[in-house]
Amino acid sequence: MGAKAMGARVRRMEDPALLTGRAVFTDDIHLPGTLEAAFVRSTHAHARIRSVDASTAEAMPGVFKVVTTADLPPDLRKTRVPFQVPNPAITQPFQQRLLEDEEVCFVGEPIAMVLAETRYQAEDAAGAVAVDYEVLPAASDCRDALAEGAGLCHAGSDNNLCAEFKLGYGEASAAFAGAEHIFEVSLWSHRGAGLAIENRAVVAEPDTLRDVVTLWSATQSPFLVKQNVVDMLDWPADRLRVIAPEVGGGFGPKTVYYVEEALIPLCAMMFDRPIKWVEDRRENFVATNQERDQYWKMALACNGDGKIRAVRGTMIHDTGAYMPWGIISPYISATTVPGPYVVPAYELTTRVALTNKVAVTPVRGAGRPQAVFAMERLLDRAADGLGIDRAEIRRRNFIPTEAMPYSFGLIFRDGKPMTYDSGDYPRCQAEALALADYDGFASRREQARQEGRHVGIGIANFVEGTGLGPFEGATVRVHANGKITVYTGGADSGQGHWTTLAQLCAEPLGVDPSDIAVEVGDTGKIANGIGTFASRIAVNAGNSVHLAATSVREKAIKVASHLLEAAEEDLDIENGRIFVKGVPGVSTTLRDVARAVRGMPGFSLPGGVEPGLESTEYFSPPQAAYCNGTAVVEVEVDPETGRVDILNFAMAHDSGNLINPFIVDGQVQGACAHGIGNTLLEWMGYDDDAQPLTTTFADYLLPGAPDVPRIDVVHVESPTPNNPLGVKGAGEGGTIPALAAIVAAVEDALSPFGIALDDVPIMPGRLTELIGEARARMG
Amino acid sequence: MADRRRISVTINGDTYEREVETRLLLSDFIRHECELTGTHVGCEHGVCGACTILLDGMTARSCLMLAVQADGHELLTIEGIAPNEEELHPLQQAFMDNHGLQCGYCTPGMLTTLLEFLRDNPNPTEKEVRIAISGNLCRCTGYQGIVDAALDAAGRLRGEAGA
Repeated sequence: MGAKAMGARVRRMEDPALLTGRAVFTDDIHLPGTLEAAFVRSTHAHARIRSVDASTAEAMPGVFKVVTTADLPPDLRKTRVPFQVPNPAITQPFQQRLLEDEEVCFVGEPIAMVLAETRYQAEDAAGAVAVDYEVLPAASDCRDALAEGAGLCHAGSDNNLCAEFKLGYGEASAAFAGAEHIFEVSLWSHRGAGLAIENRAVVAEPDTLRDVVTLWSATQSPFLVKQNVVDMLDWPADRLRVIAPEVGGGFGPKTVYYVEEALIPLCAMMFDRPIKWVEDRRENFVATNQERDQYWKMALACNGDGKIRAVRGTMIHDTGAYMPWGIISPYISATTVPGPYVVPAYELTTRVALTNKVAVTPVRGAGRPQAVFAMERLLDRAADGLGIDRAEIRRRNFIPTEAMPYSFGLIFRDGKPMTYDSGDYPRCQAEALALADYDGFASRREQARQEGRHVGIGIANFVEGTGLGPFEGATVRVHANGKITVYTGGADSGQGHWTTLAQLCAEPLGVDPSDIAVEVGDTGKIANGIGTFASRIAVNAGNSVHLAATSVREKAIKVASHLLEAAEEDLDIENGRIFVKGVPGVSTTLRDVARAVRGMPGFSLPGGVEPGLESTEYFSPPQAAYCNGTAVVEVEVDPETGRVDILNFAMAHDSGNLINPFIVDGQVQGACAHGIGNTLLEWMGYDDDAQPLTTTFADYLLPGAPDVPRIDVVHVESPTPNNPLGVKGAGEGGTIPALAAIVAAVEDALSPFGIALDDVPIMPGRLTELIGEARARMG
Repeated sequence: MADRRRISVTINGDTYEREVETRLLLSDFIRHECELTGTHVGCEHGVCGACTILLDGMTARSCLMLAVQADGHELLTIEGIAPNEEELHPLQQAFMDNHGLQCGYCTPGMLTTLLEFLRDNPNPTEKEVRIAISGNLCRCTGYQGIVDAALDAAGRLRGEAGA
């Protein structure tokens, strides 16, 4: 039992509570005496605040207090969000205040927090707080923001450029100078939002007697929240415990920390009342971070046989009004471009623009979908220009499998030289092409043409640095009653940590995964943690659990050898029993060992071990583990309506060894669906004044079940040598190539019209417009 | 000031009598007055479908109804689907067996929508299932596990062995 838990398709232990309504999300917490919060948020993208008048609001029924900057402790009125991820390239690291009373820089920036007995009363009063604004010019589009004379995102700054960096290696200029062929693209990918179905939510319960606050937050990273809140409020670390209960989806925006998560526990302590705030959907569209606005101008130099000589270009990244996550997203973009290909020389200049919009921080894929879009568009252009099959040009340029581990001169966001640890890129593409029946496409296209239908096929490859450090930890504890619990820091927002980590714990301890409880996302249960983002939990927490469970096993055997008077090497564990091999009658149990190491007053512990049958391990990966994959997408486009139907979506995915393929399949399928939405439906509109235009699900479209096809996944397993389990991350891989593959397929379907697709999302209106122009050209 | 009414609503067989503001949403009544928090709220404008409940056996968005409109009616929420505390309903079991949920936030609306759908369409095609849940957004799964679960559940509910 348990011995084969790794790699098994174990059903999720999370499910029964979620399927019966027993699971507890943040808004499900009802504490007596709770005040409900509603925010007064800026209605202008950029304005000076002349005054805030809360007198009418404060007199309204049920209102306890309208909190403005003036109500905060004096030393916190000007405090800004701590800057977590500095980089020398950043010259203007603007960060948000708890509440703003001078200058608001995006629609949605909090100005006041209304506390009332009910949410309805709080919202009534929020509408009655009068804010007198002096509207200022705003920066909206990030290209325009960097032009001369652009409206300034922050009044008083010199310009909207907040960071600039150049990455590369090799002699790109020389490679271009001597190139037989040069292909160029200008690309734009627009903003999307993470849009977990659960909005953000926070509940703070003060205990002024003990001087502690418990903060429940719908976050991916309770330890980052704790660290930021205590830093920002200058609190002793022990004052705050952060718990992420069930979290209804994350997708990146719940990774970072938000001012509401500091303001609410602060006010809960000030007023000695529990406070709850649940973001509504409109707030989520304006006040929860987004990603992906980037403009790329790229060029590829190659030989006549399609062999890449160099890639170079420039990129402009929109970071919004503040930079809570620094330049992580554009930096990842810049390092993702070469991907699985041999690119002898590479040069990219990235400029990061401040705009009067909600901040940009990673959304599932984290800067990579845009970079893959750039590289794959270049290869498509080269293939078409040289008359080489799109799969073949990629095959000719893949890093050979025997070249692993492979370094090429870039430094990744983890500060380490980018060294691909393992992977078989040619095989991955071959598997995806086979799954998609690529060879049979020509006849399918011919058949479709005879029927007057437009079908096309697209391919995209990617390499993704996953499992980033610094660490995650796990405590494995066998309680004195024999029950086993695993504790780890990163929250679960659907990944199935309980099941996966229980599988990893079960194997060394010789028990069934269902015998193990897993507690995640609670700063009160383990000393250190980071969070669930960057496809990092399987690598970091997974290996920590493996190491801790292995250490508990060793200790159990050591103690059992004393209890049974047998040599350690003669003992084995199965079904919770420790026995002498070949003599199963001579045995003890994990429970009895756990009791023995709890000790008896006045007696020594057996074998001189430390008390408690438990171990805590913090696995710290030496560098990222590089996952890779290939998407092959077949579409049909209706030129009259611009409707795109995805006929087939084949995905070959290599995230190393799989802990639970049942769960990994779901991660990959869900990630692909996210990419489908980003490519075909999701458009976060802003007008020229940076006023958001799409703040409901009726304006901003998410993919529904009829929009997402069945996604066929094949796993290639190239274990990484960089962690004991050989695992890599799997949460984002589907999103990363989807954009490039779908756009290529749509362009291919519309090849009779000679349309080049360089912008996403490609919505029906835009497609019919391009088709109309093409028809006019063609006469 | 606020207009209040006394209402009586039956949820999962239990009767809840409360005096509520007339403007109170049914979703808030279920979640915060009755403390049946299994029904989730994702958009409060009727698009995401997470708050879907059965009202006299018909699906309804509880965020688009007022609590007072449910006075005298019978509701079924996610808490009332399983036959007892130990067992799952075949639809719930099919969700578990087909990885039909990840974060579980959209799940209450998926289950109630599919309960009604499978009652009225015991032998659906995959396309019909996809259309049936087209008013329920899921950001995690890509829908494949949900669709598979619905088809699997249809077989189980028809009593097909090994379905």
